[in-house]
Amino acid sequence: MTDKDHMSKRKFMQELRRYQKGSVSRRHFLGVTGLGAAAAALGTAMPGLRPRRAYAAGDIGDRVVLATWPNYHDVENFERFTDETGAFVQVNVFGSNEEMLAKLQAGGSGWDVFVPTNYTITTYVSEDLIEPLDVSRLANYDAGAFDPRFADAGTVDGSLYAVPKNWGTTGFAVNTAHDGGKPFATWKDFWDRTMDDYSGRTMVHDYQLTTIGNALKYFGYSFNSVDPTELADAERLLLDAKPHLFAISSDYQPAMRSGDAWMTMCWTGDGKQLNSDIPEIAYVLGREGGEIWSDYYAIPKGAPHREAAYALIDFMLSPEVNAREVMAHGYPVADSRTNALLPKEMLEDPILYPAQDLLDALEFGAAATLTDPNRAELLARFKSA
Amino acid sequence: MTQRERNWLLVAPAAGWFLVMLVLPLSVVFIFSFGERGAAGGYVPAFTFEQYANLPARFTAFQNTLILAPLGTLAAMLIAYPLAYQLAVRTDPKWKTILLVLVIVPFWTSILIRSYAWIYILGGRGIPALIEAMGLGDVQLIYTPFAVLIGIVYGYLPLMVFPIYVSLDRLDKRLLEASSDLGAPPLATFFKVTVPLSIPGVATGCMLVFILLMGEFLIPLLLGGGKVFFVGNALVDLFLQSRNWAFGSAVAVMLIVIMLVTVTVYMRLIARLHTSRDDVSVM
Repeated sequence: MTDKDHMSKRKFMQELRRYQKGSVSRRHFLGVTGLGAAAAALGTAMPGLRPRRAYAAGDIGDRVVLATWPNYHDVENFERFTDETGAFVQVNVFGSNEEMLAKLQAGGSGWDVFVPTNYTITTYVSEDLIEPLDVSRLANYDAGAFDPRFADAGTVDGSLYAVPKNWGTTGFAVNTAHDGGKPFATWKDFWDRTMDDYSGRTMVHDYQLTTIGNALKYFGYSFNSVDPTELADAERLLLDAKPHLFAISSDYQPAMRSGDAWMTMCWTGDGKQLNSDIPEIAYVLGREGGEIWSDYYAIPKGAPHREAAYALIDFMLSPEVNAREVMAHGYPVADSRTNALLPKEMLEDPILYPAQDLLDALEFGAAATLTDPNRAELLARFKSA
Repeated sequence: MTQRERNWLLVAPAAGWFLVMLVLPLSVVFIFSFGERGAAGGYVPAFTFEQYANLPARFTAFQNTLILAPLGTLAAMLIAYPLAYQLAVRTDPKWKTILLVLVIVPFWTSILIRSYAWIYILGGRGIPALIEAMGLGDVQLIYTPFAVLIGIVYGYLPLMVFPIYVSLDRLDKRLLEASSDLGAPPLATFFKVTVPLSIPGVATGCMLVFILLMGEFLIPLLLGGGKVFFVGNALVDLFLQSRNWAFGSAVAVMLIVIMLVTVTVYMRLIARLHTSRDDVSVM
């Protein structure tokens, strides 16, 4: 926690007296003491208590439910959305695409907008869980502005089901203070040193695609392999490595920040966030390859607040809002209009935009991995071992 | 209306609740356990024993649960007993209420938040930093079975304290005096009078904690770092990640069977303990 988050009792009382005497405004008082933020956090639990404002496009209801990933938004953008539309954004955070799919398959998720990854969208379409998008209601969506590599997966059989949010890579973050001058460059390094000088300090995702995929890369197999013998090799490696792991979790930032963990499988934005705050933490892409991905905004079938869902997606697609998102979370976008608003150092950042030879080795996730029963069962066996 | 009809009417709400909330869901689980996983997950009707044949794949989860749940129950009991004894026997009545309320205070916030607090206490900057500062070496506490055990004892302690407290509080103090008048030293009085008379409370507390622990998943998830896997975690994974409802149902049925067997054996043991001590009335 930084100093500015904290306020002494004496300082608090001084501010209270200043407010009582009328020398500062209520806004100032609530701001410096943090009470305003606390009240806002409490208020969000009861959207009915919030004042509603008329929205230019009509009343869209008092809330919109978003299912997304950790550390993936600028919270101030949500506040602006609420100010503009009167709809409060209720955020649900997930750890894997499997978890999202399971929730939608079980029914009654209550979501209005969710953030699926490229390789899952065809399954959502075939399972009839996703709504085709009405482009006329997304004024800020300009298909021509997006790099097709990161936008194509949103279209299935000629219909648009999802619009691009961000793209990125899956590498690993490593605290170089403990590397003894031997840098990391490959997934082979990742696994070998997990069982050697980083023993007890490594984290892997609680996510079949990346944890199995990056174990497959150790042997030089495809990240997406569903071949039984290749999966058996990956399983052996995972079981060998398990006693040396610090934890199996997709929420790795707290442990990396506290110094408990020294290395973790990591997504671009988390790598950027960690590296910005703790420069010893480097973001590495395994030379053998790994995952490149793109995430999308989509609307599930039966979304309870569909008006608000369209309003939220359109809001997030506006280049100004999107640029603020990127500045907050550090994931690149495929939208040239947004990139035009970003500072040069962001667009040249090697974590966000890795060298071409590293990028060339990466693979997009394949739809088969999501539904393959062997991969799902392999990860479960690894966790329960 | 006859007496008989009136009785039926009185039983109806409870029976309806029982049917809708217990019998129906359990039947669904039982039927699903003979089915198969759908291509994209979920459930496809079938009649196969394949899911049951696959149960050994979750052996470690059952093993972890069957070791840590009884161990956690035992540890909670050993810690709760002196606490309950102090509260019931030694504490001035005017403080009792306040102290009892303090025992429940942790329940005022969610176990999720309290477990997160333990993540920090047991994490590298918490107790291990203290141990290191004392020069006792580098230890890892968080994400170990030990951390899970601490979380379990912490989370379930109040459930153990209350039944034991009640049985000790109702204990007839004249029996203690009688024991002492007859020449028994305090320790003998404690083990020959107090402990046997508090067995019903201990038995209730252990049962309550053990049954809840068998289905626990949050504490192992948060404090075990995904490495200390309980049957509860296996179930969460099967339903919420790999979407294998059929296998998940088989694991659930197995858990229910194990619970039924252990709880029955346990009840028998307690009942035998009672009858063998018919010289004192315990219930």
